[in-house]
Amino acid sequence: MTKIKQKVMIKGTKEGLVFHMDDTCSFDSLLQELREKVENSHQRILTGPTVGITVKLGMRYVSEEQEQQIRDILRMRGNLVVKAIESDVITKEEALRDKLASQVRIYTRTVRSGQVIRHEGDLLLIGDVNPGALVMCTGNIFVLGSLRGTAHAGCNGNKESVIAAFEMFPAQIRIAGIVNRNSDGREPEELTWMEFAYVAEERLVIEKMNQLHKIRPELGRFVI
Amino acid sequence: MGEAIVITSGKGGVGKTTTTANIGTALAQLGKRVCLVDTDIGLRNLDLVMGLENRIIFDLVDVVEGNCKLHQAMIKDKRFDDLLYLLPAAQTKDKSAVTPEQVKELIDQLKADFDYVLIDCPAGIEQGFRNAVIGADKAIVVTTPEVSSIRDADRVIGLLERENLEGTYLIVNRIRPHMTRTGDMIDVDDVVAMLSIDPIGYVPDDEEVIKHLNLKEPVAMNHEAKAGLAYRNIARRILGDSVPFLNMDEPEGFFKKVKRLFGIR
Repeated sequence: MTKIKQKVMIKGTKEGLVFHMDDTCSFDSLLQELREKVENSHQRILTGPTVGITVKLGMRYVSEEQEQQIRDILRMRGNLVVKAIESDVITKEEALRDKLASQVRIYTRTVRSGQVIRHEGDLLLIGDVNPGALVMCTGNIFVLGSLRGTAHAGCNGNKESVIAAFEMFPAQIRIAGIVNRNSDGREPEELTWMEFAYVAEERLVIEKMNQLHKIRPELGRFVI
Repeated sequence: MGEAIVITSGKGGVGKTTTTANIGTALAQLGKRVCLVDTDIGLRNLDLVMGLENRIIFDLVDVVEGNCKLHQAMIKDKRFDDLLYLLPAAQTKDKSAVTPEQVKELIDQLKADFDYVLIDCPAGIEQGFRNAVIGADKAIVVTTPEVSSIRDADRVIGLLERENLEGTYLIVNRIRPHMTRTGDMIDVDDVVAMLSIDPIGYVPDDEEVIKHLNLKEPVAMNHEAKAGLAYRNIARRILGDSVPFLNMDEPEGFFKKVKRLFGIR
């Protein structure tokens, strides 16, 4: 009797179970086999203590709805926790979004009162941000000029983002959901160095620019 | 073909109308044919400042609506033979009485006939602003060294950037030199740095300006007043002369000179 190729292969690793899904069969038959396996076989592994699961879909693209179906089946067993559902393919849209997010957008102009700049990814502004202006992006903000308006970095909730400026006198800065006003009220004349703002222990901290590489070493991976 | 310049500020009360009247007067004194256009429909002031309000028969809205010919609505300022004219705004209508396209057509007609068309813009950034800006080739933004008017000027400069003008220039009005010296008023250089556009003039806060408003004659006609000199200098800069900016400081007293001689500040 020839062995039929399994559509769902379960492998144990140090981090938990990895479900390798066949990417050539139809999605329905895949779900069917997954359900069978979870319900009937492998009783020894699939009962007992909580196990983390990574689902590897290979070259199959699943919609959010389909992903949810997979999660629903795995959830039938109380001890299975889905850690990740990984696919080697993404849609064009997602690819474009990721590409934008990893790009630095450069603006060379003064952002004036009432003007708004929004961007997915990092922003490099060559010019001033005047009071009443709003600059927001999902990544980091670098201002080669004076920041006197409102800046919002990591607006999707990325607390690792920073806001850097030649002259840091913001009306307000926000990183992810954390807001800070210019509470120390210093005057422009008092400043002689570049600064950046980052989140430390749920609070915004302003530090001299030469500390940036120590506090956010991963920023170095960006190529402008 | 002349040049249309809009004088605007965003905030009200910073001296747009006074500036328009004075630059117009100064340009006429320099021998240019100038037409002042008041686009502040419903709240007209320019005719008052020029002392021409009792000669208004038709106004800008009448021209646009076809109630009269353009030349019938224009008022000649007799102090400057055939050089200075005013096209007054209507007082009984409001800003929606005309559309930006109609104003543009009107300004284009005037440009054919005059060296300079100065457009007095109403406060705000609504339709009145659009009416005033659409026909202009250049813009002069007036601000005072106060945070609120600087903020509004910044907003307006942002809006002007979209209009594809040949140039946008800054006038800092109502400067009090002694207050900037003591740090109680924002320094002119800081205003210019903040707004980052080319300055075309600094006008000191001069009581003569108020006096001349009541005299119904622009201060630029007074050769003694400092503000008058500032406005005449602006007019020359518009013509392309490079005139150094006014020294705002009052002349040093005798004691100060002696003190400085001994190195005491």
